[in-house]
Amino acid sequence: MTGVTRTPTHLTQGGTADAGIGASTLRPDGTLKVTGEFAYSSDLWHEDMLWGFTLRSTVAHAEIVSIDTSEALAQPGVYAVLTYDDLPTDVKNYGLEIQDTPVLAHGKVRHHGEPVALVAADHPETARRAAAKISIEYRELPLVTDEESATREGAPLVHENRTDHHAGHVPHPNIVHRQPIVRGDAEAAARRADVIVTGEYVFGMQDQAFLGPESGLAVPGEDGGVDLYVATQWLHSDLRQIAPVLGLPEEKVRMTLSGVGGAFGGREDLSMQIHACLLALRTGKPVKIVYNRFESFFGHVHRHPAKLWYEHGATKDGKLTHLKCRIVLDGGAYASASPAVVGNASSLSVGPYVVEDVDIEAIALYSNNPPCGAMRGFGAVQACFAYEAQMDKLAKKLGMDPVEFRQLNAMEQGTRLPTGQEVDSPAPVAELLRRVKAMPLPPENQWVTTEGADVRALPGGLSNTTHGEDVVRGVGYAVGIKNVGFSEGFDDYSTARVRMEVVGGEPVATVHTAMAEVGQGGVTVHAQIARTELGVEQVTIHPADTQVGSAGSTSASRQTYVTGGAVKNTCEHVREKVLELGRRKFGTHHPAWATAELVLEGGKVVTDGGEVLADLVDVLEGEAVDLELEWRHRPTEAFDLRTGQGNGHVQYSFAAHRAVVEVDTGLGLVKVIELACAQDVGKALNPLSVVGQIQGGTTQGLGVAVMEEIIVDPKTAKVRNPSFTDYLIPTILDTPTIPVDVLELADEHAPYGLRGIGEAPTLSSTPAVLAAIRNATGLELNRTPVRPEHLTGT
Amino acid sequence: MRVKFTVNGREQQADDVWEGESLLYVLRERMGLPGSKNACEQGECGSCTVRLDGVPVCSCLVAAGQAEGREVVTVEGLADFAEQRARRGGCATGACGTAAGTAAGTASSGTASGTSLDAARRRQAKPAGADGRTGEQAGLAPIQQAFIDAGAVQCGFCTPGLLVAADELLERNAQPSDADIREALSGNLCRCTGYEKILDAVRLAAARGDARTTGTGA
Ligand code: FES
Ligand code: FES
Repeated sequence: MTGVTRTPTHLTQGGTADAGIGASTLRPDGTLKVTGEFAYSSDLWHEDMLWGFTLRSTVAHAEIVSIDTSEALAQPGVYAVLTYDDLPTDVKNYGLEIQDTPVLAHGKVRHHGEPVALVAADHPETARRAAAKISIEYRELPLVTDEESATREGAPLVHENRTDHHAGHVPHPNIVHRQPIVRGDAEAAARRADVIVTGEYVFGMQDQAFLGPESGLAVPGEDGGVDLYVATQWLHSDLRQIAPVLGLPEEKVRMTLSGVGGAFGGREDLSMQIHACLLALRTGKPVKIVYNRFESFFGHVHRHPAKLWYEHGATKDGKLTHLKCRIVLDGGAYASASPAVVGNASSLSVGPYVVEDVDIEAIALYSNNPPCGAMRGFGAVQACFAYEAQMDKLAKKLGMDPVEFRQLNAMEQGTRLPTGQEVDSPAPVAELLRRVKAMPLPPENQWVTTEGADVRALPGGLSNTTHGEDVVRGVGYAVGIKNVGFSEGFDDYSTARVRMEVVGGEPVATVHTAMAEVGQGGVTVHAQIARTELGVEQVTIHPADTQVGSAGSTSASRQTYVTGGAVKNTCEHVREKVLELGRRKFGTHHPAWATAELVLEGGKVVTDGGEVLADLVDVLEGEAVDLELEWRHRPTEAFDLRTGQGNGHVQYSFAAHRAVVEVDTGLGLVKVIELACAQDVGKALNPLSVVGQIQGGTTQGLGVAVMEEIIVDPKTAKVRNPSFTDYLIPTILDTPTIPVDVLELADEHAPYGLRGIGEAPTLSSTPAVLAAIRNATGLELNRTPVRPEHLTGT
Repeated sequence: MRVKFTVNGREQQADDVWEGESLLYVLRERMGLPGSKNACEQGECGSCTVRLDGVPVCSCLVAAGQAEGREVVTVEGLADFAEQRARRGGCATGACGTAAGTAAGTASSGTASGTSLDAARRRQAKPAGADGRTGEQAGLAPIQQAFIDAGAVQCGFCTPGLLVAADELLERNAQPSDADIREALSGNLCRCTGYEKILDAVRLAAARGDARTTGTGA
C-alpha cells in the first residue's frame, strides 16, 4: 500500500540449526518491540487520514425514539456521521456463531455502551466533540439482569424473534444455549456416599484487559474495496462477518494483521472493524479508530460471570461417588461465544477427576448486562473454581489431606469424561500435584528484616498501614483440565504456505500463514519448525493476511497445535518436493538418492546415516518450491443435546498450582507470596515462551482471585468501573514469584507430541489462591474476587 | 499553538497543537514517534512512560505545552541515551545530580543521531537481523537487550514504558534488589508476562555490568 506507514513487516531471522524446535529461540520481533518500531494497530498512520469515533448508548435497555445527527455533521472538520440508516445492505448484524449483534443499534439498545453512531473527523477530539452533539432520545425498557429476571413469567425478551439453531431446544428465549450431561445414575450413587458436600459459588465478571487498545486503519481501495489493518485473533472470521455488512465480496476486503497488544479472547469478536470500513468507504479517505481504555471496556466481550451449584459425594475411604451441578453463565446482551462456553463449562465441570455418575446442566443467559464471550480458559475457569473448592470441602470433611484426596480421585489416561469420551493421552494429574507439593516453600515471615518490617513485602504493600501484627499464612492447592482447540464437531483447520528458495546465496524458507500473533510467540515457533523440517537457518515470517487461507483463531490454546501443525505438514511436503528436485538433478550421482531415508539438515540433503548428498543451494538453484496446504487435527463431534454424550474434544491440557498467601486479617488484605505451577506441555517447542505463557496465565488467575471484577450495577445494568483506576489488574507488586515445573509427556496424536498450553494455568491459579486464603483464615469464601470486606466481615 | 521541545536529542516543533493535546499524542501522531504506547491514557498503566528532563513521567498526563523547551527521551532514543550516559561515565541527566540535558545538548549540536521528524514519519519497521539464539544486537541499550534475552517481551505493548522506567532505575541504582525493582516498576502494567521475566531482564541488565556499560549488551 502506498501512503500507509508503519505497516506490518516481514520478520527475517537467522538461527543455527539448533534454533529448531525445543530451543529457547528468541522472538524475531523482539528487536522491533524493544526499540518502539513494531507497528501496533494503534500506531498505523496514513497521510490525509481521518479519525473515527463511536457514540455508545448511555443506557442498558431502551427503545431509540429518535436520533438527530445534523448538529454533529455541521461541525467543522467532520466528514461523516453514520447511523443504522446508513448501512449499505440488508445485512445489519454480525456474530461469531449467531448473527445477533447490530453493527449500529437499530430500534433499540440492549446493553450499556452499545454502538449507536459513528463520526469521522480530522482530529480525534473533533470527532469526540461532534459525537457529543448527536442527540438521541431513549425510552427506557425494563431490564433483564439475572436468571430470575430473565426467565420469570412475562420477562422482557432480550431478542424478540430468535431464529438461531439453539432457539428450538432452549427452555426459554432468554437462554442462549443449554447443555445437560447425564451419565450413570447420580441419585443412586449419592446413596452410596458417606459424606456429601454442597456449595454455591459466584465467579465475577473478568476483563481481558489486554494493553493494546482496539484499533486499526481502513483504507478505501481504488476498486471500491477496502484494505483493513487491524489487531484481531482471527482474520478470516472477521472477514466472513465484515464483507456481507459492507456488501462487498470477500476478495475486496483485504485484511492484514497489524501489531496486536495482547488478546486473551477479547479480540475474537469484532469491535471497530466494520465501523472503520464503513467510514472509510463513505468518506473515501483512510480512517483510523483507536479506543481509549474507557471505551475498550465496552469494545469487547468479557469473561462470563457465573453462579455454580455443586453437590459431590464421597465414600469414607475418599472415593468420589457422584456430581450434581448446575452452572448459570451470564452471556449478556449478545450471544458471542456463549454456546461454546456452555459446552466447555458442562463437559469439564467434573474437572480432572474420575466421577462415573453425573447430573450436570449448564446454561448461558441473554441479559441486558455487558456481552460476554471468550476469555482465556473459556468456561473451564468458572467450573474449576467451584470443583476445586468442593474438593477441599470433601477432604476436610473426611479428615484427609487435600492433595492426597485429589490424587486418590485423579483422572488418568483412559478415564472417561462425563461426556463418555475417553482421555486417550497422558493425564498426569496426580503427578502434577505431587510436583507442586514437592517444591520448597518460601520462608515464613519474609517481611521481617534486621531493621524491623519491610512493609513492601506485607499485604498492603507500600501503604505502610501495618507492620505485620495481624498477618497469617495459608497454603492452597488446585488442579484443572482444559480442552485444547475448538470442540463439538467444529472444522478446526489451519493453512500454511511455505516457500523455499535461494536468496543471497543461502537457502531461505518463507512461512506465510494468517495466524494472529498476539504475543504468544507463534512467529517464533513457526521459524523453529521450518528450521527443523527444512534444515535451513534463515526463515522469513510473512505478515499475516487474508491472501493466504485461514489459520483459525489464536485462542483455545490451539495455534501451536493447529497452525504449527499446518506449518510442519506443509514443510514436510515442501521437503518432499525439494528431494524430488534433488533426485532429478543429482539422482544419478549417488544410489542413496533412491534408496535411503533423506532429511534436510544444516543446509544440506543428508541420508539417515549422516552422509551428505548435496547442498540445498545447488538443489534449489534457479527454482523455488512453494506450497499452500490445509491441515486438520482429528475430527470431534457435537454433544448430544439431551445426554451430553459425544467425543467433543481433541486434546486436554493440565496444570496444578500451589499458592502461598499472607492475609492481614485486620485490614482484609491479601498478599500472594508465591504461586508455584506444574504443567504438562507434551513437548516444549520453545521452553522460554512456555514458561512465559504459564507465568502470564497464572497471573491472570491471581487477578480474578483477589482484585479483578467488572462491576455492573444490578439496578441499571451499567458498568461502574471502566478504567484502570477502578478495574484493577495485578501490578508487579501484586504478583509473586512463579516457579514453574514443566512436564513433557507426549500426546501421540499431536504434532511433535505438543499440548496447547496457554489456558490451563489460568484455571487452577484462582482456586489455589482461594484455597490458600481459606487455609489462612478459616473463612468459607465462595466468590471471586475476594475483597477486604469478605475477610474482615464488615 | 506551537510547541517546541527536544526529543531524543533533536529539536522538534509541532504546529496547530490543541491546548488539550497530551505530550503522548504529539509524540505519536505529530512527531511520528509511536514507540510510547497509548494503553490507558489515564496515567494508570505506564505504557507511555518517557523521561522529561530526566524524570520518568506518564506522557499521557503531560499537556504538550508543559514540555515546551524541555528534553524528552522516548524508547526510540533509549539506545542513544544509554550510550551517551556510558560515555560520560554513567550520568546523563539531572537524576544523578549533574546538570539536566547535557546529553541532549551534545546531540543537538550534531554529534548524535536523533530522529528527524521527516525521517520518523517515513519510517518503516525494519526486519530483525539477529542471531536467533542469543539475539545479540548492536545499537540497543543494555536494558533493551536484556528484555529480549530474558524473554520479557510477549505482546510487547508494555515494553517501551517498562524499558524507560527500568533504564532510569538502573541509572539511579546499578544493583537494585528485587524489592527495589518491584517498587520502581509498580506503575507499569503488563498483562502478558506475569512480570517474572521482566524481573529477570532487569536483574540480567544489572548483572551485565549496570547501566554504565552500553552498546553490545555484553
Ligand atoms: S497510557 Fe499513559 S499511563 Fe497508560
Ligand atoms: S502487556 Fe503484553 S508483554 Fe506486557
